[in-house]
Amino acid sequence: MSTYAQKKGFGSVIWDYLTTVDHKKIAILYLIAGGFFFLVGGIEAVFIRIQLAVPNNDFVSAGAFNEIITMHGTTMIFLAAMPLLFAFMNAVMPLQIGARDVAFPFVNALGFWLFFFGGVFLNLSWFLGGAPDAGWTSYASLAIHSKGHGIDFYVLGLQISGIGTLIGGINFLVTIINMRAPGMTYMRMPLFTWATFVSSALILFAFPPLTVGLTLMMFDRMFGSNFFITENGGNTIIWEHLFWIFGHPEVYILVLPAFGIFSDVFSTFSRKRLFGYSSMVFATVLIGFLGFMVWAHHMFTTGLGPVANAIFSVATMAIGVPTGIKIFNWLLTMWGGSVKFTTPMYWAFAFIPSFVIGGVTGVMLASAAADYQYHDSYFVVAHFHYVIVGGVVFAVFAATHFYWPKIFGTMLNEKLGKITFWLFFIGFHMTFFVQHFLGLWGMPRRVFTFLPGQGFEMSNLISSIGAAFMSAGVIVLLINVIVTSVKNEKVGNDPWGDGRTLEWSIPSPPPFYNFKQLPLVRGLDPYWLEKMEGKKGMTPAEPLGDIHMPNASFIPFVIAFGLFVAAFGALYNGEKSWAVPVIIIGLLITFGSMLVRSLKDDHGFHIHKEELMDDNDKGVKA
Amino acid sequence: MANQQINSGNPRVDLEYRRKKNAEEMRYQVVSFTLMIFLTLVAFAAVAIEGFTAWFTVPFIILLAFVQVVFQLFYFMHMSHKGHEAPSLFLFSGLGFGLVMVLAFMTIVWW
Ligand code: HEM
Ligand SMILES: [Cu+2]
Repeated sequence: MSTYAQKKGFGSVIWDYLTTVDHKKIAILYLIAGGFFFLVGGIEAVFIRIQLAVPNNDFVSAGAFNEIITMHGTTMIFLAAMPLLFAFMNAVMPLQIGARDVAFPFVNALGFWLFFFGGVFLNLSWFLGGAPDAGWTSYASLAIHSKGHGIDFYVLGLQISGIGTLIGGINFLVTIINMRAPGMTYMRMPLFTWATFVSSALILFAFPPLTVGLTLMMFDRMFGSNFFITENGGNTIIWEHLFWIFGHPEVYILVLPAFGIFSDVFSTFSRKRLFGYSSMVFATVLIGFLGFMVWAHHMFTTGLGPVANAIFSVATMAIGVPTGIKIFNWLLTMWGGSVKFTTPMYWAFAFIPSFVIGGVTGVMLASAAADYQYHDSYFVVAHFHYVIVGGVVFAVFAATHFYWPKIFGTMLNEKLGKITFWLFFIGFHMTFFVQHFLGLWGMPRRVFTFLPGQGFEMSNLISSIGAAFMSAGVIVLLINVIVTSVKNEKVGNDPWGDGRTLEWSIPSPPPFYNFKQLPLVRGLDPYWLEKMEGKKGMTPAEPLGDIHMPNASFIPFVIAFGLFVAAFGALYNGEKSWAVPVIIIGLLITFGSMLVRSLKDDHGFHIHKEELMDDNDKGVKA
Repeated sequence: MANQQINSGNPRVDLEYRRKKNAEEMRYQVVSFTLMIFLTLVAFAAVAIEGFTAWFTVPFIILLAFVQVVFQLFYFMHMSHKGHEAPSLFLFSGLGFGLVMVLAFMTIVWW
């Protein structure tokens, strides 16, 4: 398509991205923003490990330490892991189901900008009087009493980015329900698409409780209400429930897409159909369902009583069953396959033992009586890093290498990719394995330093050295990205040679309309099926015709920007005289641009059949 | 799915069929709307009339509310039609999760 070939000025590229509603470009935006926040959160992690490398360290003060751990956790979960997964969902899922775009391209762009402005707002706290310091869980008993504006930044920033995530999830759901290509039944969807579906459903149900919690917290902190203030008859435990009703599903929102990515990687590089496809789907849905029934396992020690503890304990252990099903299916996918050890496969392979360790400690934590020992110790820190890093971050690395050619049309260097892997893998286990023992020996989590002579020195030092290895791995990845982009060697449709699903049947990067003719899907792994029958590509399901596409729009950016402005007003409400006018101006920007969007008809445009045929004749991509 | 064929190809058949279908729809809508107004009046009456204890009125009103929800979903939001399986799945799972939370808050959050 001509627009691709044209050389564009820097300014027009920026404008293109600010106004884009194309899911592939939004994916790149998510990748850049999520990658940036991943680096920010990573630097915070390094600071934590430097502070804890030796006893009695004074690299940062106790107060600053609390801000750093809070921002590390919050950034990593909300601003790095989720957006990075959203990047791959956006880039790949519509292609996997054979769609030309997502169901609501405008909403998709809006979701990104809301997340982005929420994240920027949260991080501005560093420069505006101090970051939040009550932990990423921001328990009300602590948060209500926190001085300064840190917690207000947390509340407002997460509220804004949370809306973005919620509408993003709804968009994915509708896309998967409505936009599948002919023949793409539910039980033919690739596992990553299934994971996106279940994960989006979890977003739909889990984010509203967070919104409620944040709203109550906002009223308590900024407008003088007493929901969580015990002295005035409130109840601080309610925050914990609301947070974890959201929080536990959230960990599955993160890990299910990771499972999806690994499922696709395993079957691609074992060059074999995924073992037990239907049981995989079943396990994904079951995990999603059970994920809602276990939140109180984070609250065993709040005094729920033995009956509640027992119920939540058993429910939690039950999740181990579908997770186990998945592990065995992955192993049996590789069994008897002709396994090719590419970089994504390295990550997938290493994921299994790493995640199993995290799952085992999870079941240990789930037994309520034992949890009284483990709770709030480094054992918990080790557990959730084994599942989140060993599961989610490994998957993000795998997907980065696996889908890079599909997103950018170039192949990341395999040698550098493997160096990244080894550095990160060794560093990861060094950092977190010893933390299990630190916890069992009695080191509490969220402490800014420890004393010499308690037996914690050696393990903490090992842990900090591990963090250095992980950082080195990430730096190698960045070098890899730069080298690859500078070389700019374009690749074809199916650069790994073993692609199974629809995304590999079209050019890399795909033309902006994705599929010139919607493909006919004849089974699971449709592209593989066609290749096995000696065909070069998919059989089209429709004659060549005009394609309807949405217009680009700057309005999503403006809507999100308005909320960003209004948040500053809310933050300084009652303190600065300009606060209320700023709230009003911000909301006017937001609702004004929504009004413009509603009143102005925008029917999009058509790509005409002739143009599409032209492309064919000239042999241009697509 | 996106590519369901809704048109039969013959515009006349389509039109007549649709007209009949719409008339039928309209009748349902009007009937259920009247019923809903009527039920609302009954609810008001139950509260207004003296002599009923709260032990009667509260469950009674909740029952009426439930009936109203069913009317709303199935007649006004067309949940009874084909092709609404996904929305109803999501509505009912949302309802389920919500109720679990209410149950939890009523039983394990101490005051
Ligand atoms: C077999 C599955 C799992 C089980 C049985 C399990 C169990 C638990 C339990 C009981 C706790 C509470 C520990 C305490 O505070 O005393 C916990 C904490 C945690 N888990 Fe898991 N878990 C599982 C999987 C996961 C996954 C897949 C993730 C993320 C992708 C995850 C992330 C977390 C996080 C972030 C925390 C710490 C929260 C905090 O207090 O800051 N878990 N897990
Ligand atoms: Cu949990």
